[in-house]
Amino acid sequence: MEFKTFVFYFLSTILVVASLRVITARNPVHAALFLVLAFFTASGVWMLLQAEFLAITLVLVYVGAVMVLFLFVVMMLDINLERMRQGFWNNLIPGLVVGGLILTEMVLVLGAKHFNLDNVPNPPPAAAGYSNTKELGRLIYTDYVYPFELAAVVLLVAMIAAIALTMRKRKDVKWVDPAAQVAVKRSDRVRMVSMPAEKD
Amino acid sequence: MERQVLDIFQWVWGSHWDAVWGVVEPVWPLVWTLVKIFLIIAPLMLCVAYLTLAERKVIGAMQVRLGPNRVGPAGYLQPIADGLKLLFKEVIVPSQANTVLYILAPILSLATALAAWAVVPFGETLVLANVDAGLLYIMAITSMGVYGVIIAGWATNSKYAFLGSMRSAAQIVAYEIAMGFALVTVLMVSGSLNMNEIVMQQGSGWFADKGWSILSWNWIPLFPMFIVYLISGVAETNRAPFDVVEGESEIVAGHMIEYSGMAFALFFLAEYANMILVSALVATMFLGGWLSPVGFLPNGLHWLFLKVCFVLFLFLWFRATFPRYRYDQIMRLGWKVFIPLTIVWLVLIGAWMMSPLSIWK
Repeated sequence: MEFKTFVFYFLSTILVVASLRVITARNPVHAALFLVLAFFTASGVWMLLQAEFLAITLVLVYVGAVMVLFLFVVMMLDINLERMRQGFWNNLIPGLVVGGLILTEMVLVLGAKHFNLDNVPNPPPAAAGYSNTKELGRLIYTDYVYPFELAAVVLLVAMIAAIALTMRKRKDVKWVDPAAQVAVKRSDRVRMVSMPAEKD
Repeated sequence: MERQVLDIFQWVWGSHWDAVWGVVEPVWPLVWTLVKIFLIIAPLMLCVAYLTLAERKVIGAMQVRLGPNRVGPAGYLQPIADGLKLLFKEVIVPSQANTVLYILAPILSLATALAAWAVVPFGETLVLANVDAGLLYIMAITSMGVYGVIIAGWATNSKYAFLGSMRSAAQIVAYEIAMGFALVTVLMVSGSLNMNEIVMQQGSGWFADKGWSILSWNWIPLFPMFIVYLISGVAETNRAPFDVVEGESEIVAGHMIEYSGMAFALFFLAEYANMILVSALVATMFLGGWLSPVGFLPNGLHWLFLKVCFVLFLFLWFRATFPRYRYDQIMRLGWKVFIPLTIVWLVLIGAWMMSPLSIWK
């Protein structure tokens, strides 16, 4: 067995086990950490496909930022397993419908004859000095510039909307403007009073 | 270097060399990589040990004290004694802790601190992995450092530890964005994500041609980014004045509160290894890496070493000088000052590069 094949199966095994543990782990924090492991391993598999830019971006964005905030939230939840189980039968039907839809979509894409391995062969090996990152950047900012900018604008709008939705002015907050704090003078706070000494 | 090493082995084994090589050849790349990793890690660990001593000595001098001076000549064996002490202490696991994650957390923090060294260039050919996406790799690996802290805080199952890890997660996410933008400007002017090319690019330009390479380094044209990166680096490593994560007077030691012995030592090593890493990145990205500051002196590893020492001294200086930031002010500095500043400077640099006045041709 070639070394690369061994690495592929090694990573794939970890990936499958970690992904399964994401949905079977009882503790949500464990589930989130298994998801981190799954992302990291997936990035390893992408690295094997010589997509180093996407692989590193996956780690940077999902492992380094998204999952940190995810864990941040999950860790602060007070989890009651009994109460979580209560809604199981109510949510079973919608869950099955969504799962079935995803499965159908995957079968359509991966199983159909347009996308199987014979119709989508391996790309020719890259020439020396070929930079995946550079090529991706060139494509994004030339051929696909409009879809890319559109996606960026959609994300920006979503971000502003999320901030606007959660922002609320609190009346009782004791926040002080740091600039005002820095600019404060002694005379604003303390008054020197000259008093004659009082006799006892 | 690989060639010379093989030549020496060939000379040692003499006529048996061919037989030996037949056995060794399949695993040789692995062995050679491990040797190179060892050549990076071993001096790094020594630097970490002596950085702790340097910290105590420097801060001692700044506070007009002597610092450690009992173990060995003038206290120079102090880090060895500290290391041995921690090695022989018992590792206590709290009864309500999540044991697996509790043990995993310090390992994770040290692993990320060490893994980033793979792409740091020590010389024109002296680099463990000369990859094209080196800068991205650095950003990805350093962004994972926070997991050690969060997992430690959660797995300990203690209030102070948990507060520490929450503070750390918020702080690191806040400063990582500014840090990322600062690096984006560097990669814009370098036109490459390869760490070695970033260094090489700094050695070219009008001043470098005149023999004053130091004036061509990124720290002058990207001065605000240099400052932002340096300060964010201090915040990312949870060092004073941004050490609210482990603020002794508020939450005792934050995520490390229940750790003892070697597990604590790993956190300690990770913190100092991260400091050295951030200093090495500042030196590589803004201070010309292994380049010599003036034309008549040769380039080399020693320049990188001197620059790293300089930045590390700044770290220690900050700690001795500044009082701890208040938590809301840390957040304000990260989100409301650094991020707008870096975005504006990013656009400015872009405009500068496109204008006829561009110095990066």
